[in-house]
Amino acid sequence: MSSESIALNPGDESTRPIGDRLHDWVTTVDHKKLGIMYILYALVFLVIGGIEASIMRIQLIVPHNHFVSPQVFNQMFTMHGTTMIFFVAMPIMFGFGNYLVPLMIGARDMAFPRLNAWSFWLAAFGGLLLYFSFIGGDGLYGAGSAPDVGWFAYAPLTARVFSVGHSTDFWTLGLLVSGIGSIGTAANIVATILCLRCPGMTLGKMPLLAWMNLVMAALVLLAISPLTAAQIMLSLDRYLGAHFFDTQAGGSAVIWMHFFWIFGHPEVYVLVIPAFAFASEIIPVFSRKPIFGYPVMVAATVTIGFVSFTVWAHHMFTVGMNSYANSFFTISTMIVGVPTGIKIFNWIGTMWGGKIQLKTPMLFCIGFLFQFLIAGLTGIMLAVAPFDWQLGNSYFVVAHFHYVIVGAILFALFGAFYYWFPKMSGRMYNETLGKWHFWLFLIGFHLTFDFMHIPGLLGMPRRIYTYEPGRGWDTWNLIITIGVLFQAAGILVFVGNLLWSRLRGPACTTDPWDAWTLEWSTSSPPPEYNFATIPVVRSRRPLWDIKHPEDPDWKYE
Amino acid sequence: MSSTSLASSSIESEWVLPSRGRVGMFCLIAAESAIFTIFVVAYIYYIGKSLAGPMPKDVLELPIFATICLLSSSLTIHFAVGALRNGKSGIFGIWWFVTIALGAIFLVETGREWYHLIFEKGLTINTNLFGTTYFSLVGLHAFHVTVGLIGLAIGMVLALLGKVRQEHSERADVFSLYWHFVDVVWIVVFTVVYIIGR
Repeated sequence: MSSESIALNPGDESTRPIGDRLHDWVTTVDHKKLGIMYILYALVFLVIGGIEASIMRIQLIVPHNHFVSPQVFNQMFTMHGTTMIFFVAMPIMFGFGNYLVPLMIGARDMAFPRLNAWSFWLAAFGGLLLYFSFIGGDGLYGAGSAPDVGWFAYAPLTARVFSVGHSTDFWTLGLLVSGIGSIGTAANIVATILCLRCPGMTLGKMPLLAWMNLVMAALVLLAISPLTAAQIMLSLDRYLGAHFFDTQAGGSAVIWMHFFWIFGHPEVYVLVIPAFAFASEIIPVFSRKPIFGYPVMVAATVTIGFVSFTVWAHHMFTVGMNSYANSFFTISTMIVGVPTGIKIFNWIGTMWGGKIQLKTPMLFCIGFLFQFLIAGLTGIMLAVAPFDWQLGNSYFVVAHFHYVIVGAILFALFGAFYYWFPKMSGRMYNETLGKWHFWLFLIGFHLTFDFMHIPGLLGMPRRIYTYEPGRGWDTWNLIITIGVLFQAAGILVFVGNLLWSRLRGPACTTDPWDAWTLEWSTSSPPPEYNFATIPVVRSRRPLWDIKHPEDPDWKYE
Repeated sequence: MSSTSLASSSIESEWVLPSRGRVGMFCLIAAESAIFTIFVVAYIYYIGKSLAGPMPKDVLELPIFATICLLSSSLTIHFAVGALRNGKSGIFGIWWFVTIALGAIFLVETGREWYHLIFEKGLTINTNLFGTTYFSLVGLHAFHVTVGLIGLAIGMVLALLGKVRQEHSERADVFSLYWHFVDVVWIVVFTVVYIIGR
C-alpha cells in the first residue's frame, strides 16, 4: 500500500462539493460504500413494501370494507411479497455481507470489486423495473398496472390470455435482472471468503458470520439460478408462444410450481442464515462469552444448506401429490428442525452463565431467539401433510412465514443495524430510542402475527380482499391491523434514530462493544483500505488475544 | 489500533489461498449448471407429451460432426493454455485460433440444423412441446457457445496485438474452464435430446 493513501484523512470528506461526493458513490467499487448503498436501497423498499402491507391491513380492518378495489388488493399482495423478498431482504443481507465479510476476514475489499458494483446496479435496476410497472404495466392498453399474479405467480395466471399487458413481464424481467445480480454477488462472496482471508485465518478460525455468508452465497448460486431459468421459460411462453406452462398444449402448470419452490424454499434459508450470522456475532459479545459449540454451529449451518434443497414441495401439499412425495417432503421438512434446534441450543448455551448486557442489539437478538423458535414450531405443524391440507393457503400459513421473516429475520436485522451502526457511521445511536423501537415493534409484531394464526385456524383464506361479518374473523382482523400501527411507530423511531444519530450522534470509538472480531480493530468508519497493515490472526477472537496477551484464545483452540 | 499483527512470520510465509479467478469461475459454473439442470428437467419431463407433430424421431438427426468439433475444441484450448504457460505465445495463438474455428463450425452446424427444422420441417418454438423444449435447451447452449466465442475472439485480438504473454496464462486458464463447461453441457444436451429424447 502506498503511504499516500494512509495520509488521506476521512475528515476531508465533508468539505468536498456534493456533486463530487455523489459521483464517488455512483462510481464506487468500494465494498463498504456498495454495502451501505445496498442497505439504503433496501430500506427505501422496506418502507414501500410496508406501505403496501398497511394498505392491505386497512382494507381488512372491518368486513365489507371499500378502502381499495379487489384489483388493487391483488396488486398490493403481489408487490408486497415480491418487494419484501427480492428488493428488501436479499439486498439488505447482501449489503451487510458486502460490508462486513472483508472487514471480518481481514481483507481490503471483495475479490471482484467491479463485479460487486455491477451486481449492485443490476439489483437496483431490477427494483426500478418492477416499480415501473405502476406506470408502464399496461403498455398501450392503459395508464399502467402493477403485477397482480401473486408473488409466486402460478400458471396459468401468468399466461398471456389471463395477464394482458406487460405487468407480468415487468415482474419477470425485474426478478431476472436482479437474480443475475444476486448470482454475481454470491460468486463474489464465495471468492472473497475462500481467497482473501488474512494470514492465519483458517476456515476453522473464521468468524461465524463469514461461515454463514459462505453457505448463504452457495445457496444463492444453486437456488436463484432455477428461478432465473423458470423466468426465462415464462418469458419464452409470453413472448415467443412457447408452451412450458401452457396446459392447452400439453404443458404443465405444476412444473412451474416445482421450479418456483425449488428456488423458493432455499430462499428462506438464504435470508435466515445471515440472520443466524448476526445472532452468532451479537449474542456472544453481549453475553461476554465466546460462542458455544463453534464447530457444531458450522456443521448445523452446512447441514441446513443441504437439507434445504430437499423440502421444496411442502409448499405444494395442497396441490395434490402421491403419498410417497407427501411422506418424503414431510420427513425432510421435519429434519430441518434438527440443525436449527441445535443452533437455538447453542445460542442459549452462549448466554447461559454469561454477563448479559441488555443493549438494543441484544434485545433484538433475544426477541429473534424466542420468535424463531415459535416460527419453527408452527413450521413443524405445517410440515405434516394432513395438517397442511386443512390450513394450507390460510392465514395460519401467512402468520407462520411472517413469524420467520419478521419475527426472526427482521429482528436479527434490527439487532445488526444497532450493533454495526457505530462502525459504519462512526457515531453512536441513541440507546433510549433504540429501546423504544424494540418495545414498540415487539408489541406490534405480537399483536399482528400472534393473532393472525387464529383467523387462519377459523378458516380465513389468504389473499381475499374482504370477508363477510359473522364468521368470527372480525375482532381478530381488527387486532391484527392495530398491531400494524405499533410496528409503523417502531419503524418511524428506527428511521428517526438512524438519521439523528448519523448527523448529531456522539462520535464513537474504534471498539464500542469491547468485541473480538477484526472489524472492530480498524477506525469507525473504516478507511477505504480497511487495514493499514493486513492483520495476522491465531484464533477465532483475534481482538481478545490482543487485549488479553496473558490468556490468549489460541492456547485453547 | 490499526493492525493486529501478532508477529508470527511463519504463518504469513506459508499462507497460500486458492486463486480467486478459479473460485469465481467455479461459482459461475455452479450457477449455470443449476440453470441448465432446470431446462434439462423440463426437456425430459416433456418427452413424448407433445399433442401434435413433428416428433423428435421424425426430424432429428445425430449432429456427429458438430459434436466432434465442439468436443475437440476442449482439447485445443487445453493445448493453447499449456503453450502459454510455457511462454510460447505463437503456439498459443495457433491453438486458440483452432478453438475459435471449431466453435464457429459448431455454431454454423446448429444454425443449419435449425434452418432445416424451421423451414423444411415446420418445427418452431410454438409448434408443440418438443419445439418449445428443444429450441430453448439447444438455444440456451448455443447462446453459451456464442458468449464463449466472443470471449475467445477478444483473446485472439489481444494475441494478435502481442499483448498475451506468459503471465496471463492463469486468465486464459480460467476462461478455458468456462469453455470446458460449455462442452460438458453439450454432452448432456446431446444425450438427452438426441439419444434419450429420440
